[in-house]
Amino acid sequence: MDEKFIKQISLFAENKPGHLANIASSFKEASVNIRAFTIAEAGDFGIIRMVVDKPEKAHRVLHDAGFTVSETDVLGIQMEDVPGQLATIAEVLGKKGVNIDYAYAFVTKTEKAFLIIRVNDLKTAVETLYEQGISLLDMGDVQSI
Amino acid sequence: MTKYLLCDNMIEYWNPQIERMPLDELEQIQEERLRHLVDYVYTHSPFYKKRFDEAGVKPEDIRTLEDLQKLPFTYKQDLRDNYPKGMFCVPDTQLVRYHVSSGTTGKPTVVGYTKNDIHEWAKSLGRALTSIGVGRGDVLQVSYGYGLFTGGLGLHYGAEEVGSTVLPISVGNTDKQLELMQDLGTTTLACTPSYFLYMAEEAKDKGIDFQEDTGLKTGIFGAEPWTEEMRKRMEDATGIKAYDVFGTSELSGPLFTECTCQDGIHIWGDQFIVEIIDPETGDTLPEGERGELVITTLTKEALPLIRYRIGDCTILNKQPCECGRTHPRIMRVTGRVDDMLIIRGINVFPGQVESVLMKIPEVGEHFMIHVDRINEMDTMKIQIEMNDEAFSDKVNDIISLEKKVASALKSVLNLSVGVELVEHGTIPRSIGKSKKIIDNRKL
Repeated sequence: MDEKFIKQISLFAENKPGHLANIASSFKEASVNIRAFTIAEAGDFGIIRMVVDKPEKAHRVLHDAGFTVSETDVLGIQMEDVPGQLATIAEVLGKKGVNIDYAYAFVTKTEKAFLIIRVNDLKTAVETLYEQGISLLDMGDVQSI
Repeated sequence: MTKYLLCDNMIEYWNPQIERMPLDELEQIQEERLRHLVDYVYTHSPFYKKRFDEAGVKPEDIRTLEDLQKLPFTYKQDLRDNYPKGMFCVPDTQLVRYHVSSGTTGKPTVVGYTKNDIHEWAKSLGRALTSIGVGRGDVLQVSYGYGLFTGGLGLHYGAEEVGSTVLPISVGNTDKQLELMQDLGTTTLACTPSYFLYMAEEAKDKGIDFQEDTGLKTGIFGAEPWTEEMRKRMEDATGIKAYDVFGTSELSGPLFTECTCQDGIHIWGDQFIVEIIDPETGDTLPEGERGELVITTLTKEALPLIRYRIGDCTILNKQPCECGRTHPRIMRVTGRVDDMLIIRGINVFPGQVESVLMKIPEVGEHFMIHVDRINEMDTMKIQIEMNDEAFSDKVNDIISLEKKVASALKSVLNLSVGVELVEHGTIPRSIGKSKKIIDNRKL
């Protein structure tokens, strides 16, 4: 059950054109693959969040390019292609008092849905989801999906 | 290779008799020299003769230190109006040096020096450096600009005077600065606080730790104002002791520093008389009140100055210092009289902004104040870089941080200001004096 976390990279970015291009080209040079991506905007600035296949390399590349970067542990949940999964997950976590700070989703190579959530209590969230038989992804999975 | 103070009790002095002289004896010397000074300028300076005559004062009228108040002030504008050498008191052939100010705010000003003037300048800094434990055995990296600016050469001569090994590297070429700092065993670094921040950033990027990888123990920072809070950050981050240096080219150049007590800057009384005045009325203020610094030079030959209004704001402290030196101190200069901004009728100094910001660990050292006039109303916005280590992944945390900064500023300034967190590197760095204000109202 250890290491069932995913390392998400977050970047602080002012609301100016050019950042995404910068990130994308740095990554291209470093052969870092983005598996999931989202932007949270708040007026003058935004936080770019992503799950990549090589988080340490990505962190270094971005840091050297002058970005303010941090890493956060998030959960990656493999979703079945059935309506209601999201509701179940939210309900089950809610009952245990676990708050979902934010969430975003994407589709894998094998056409499965992959939900990324940040929670305020990782340990409880992992235990609860495990009890429910919901499978969590780890960094190894991130590289292969 | 490094020099250690023998023990807490054995403080070294460069000129022990003078530095520890009882204040009343020191003031007697000041009076003698003041009497000599007024005769000297009346006979050798057409500018001062005219000024004295206009004020209805004769040299004989000046007998005591109180009589100083009868004398007119001298302003920077006087130096500009008499460009280049109209206020000099010696023939050109007696000058061994010229320094010229950059003239960013008006016509440049020229300062001339006789051989004695250069020696007195070095002596003043010699005492100052000794008071912070710098001397033989120290390697002093002079990263102030060498040339027409007095910073580089000033520290250079002062450092040689006390027998430390000078590395005359001047400003810029930061890679080289860090390389030689390690290779030559620099113990003391003299540069602007802005440049030190920049150097520290570059060092961090290169994986150089000041404590582990260099012998750096002391910083001598000045040529621009910096706060107590900024000092604390620098000392905590790098393990060095950071001291304030003060001076201005018209007085010679960098002349004075704090002593190890870090509680005010000793102004050598046998060479200078300090007054604090109300900038509006010109009245002399009592010890302990903040006002404009005014200095009278007692030993300068080429360009003596009487009641020269520096334009810096500070407080005078004549109380005995724990270091044993009796010469009066001026407390940290918080800003220039003309640095002050008036926003919606409220006086604001960049120094105040800096001291609030430096108390908030989540923000970085670099900030910029933007002042605008929108819809007939003055507005102020602070751009401040976020500290990388403090970056939280949650939007709310960042917004809370902006609010926290705004609230801290409001409680000190009594003014609502906008706060914008910006990316690392957005605020321009400086190797010399940094500009902290962009005032669009003037345009």
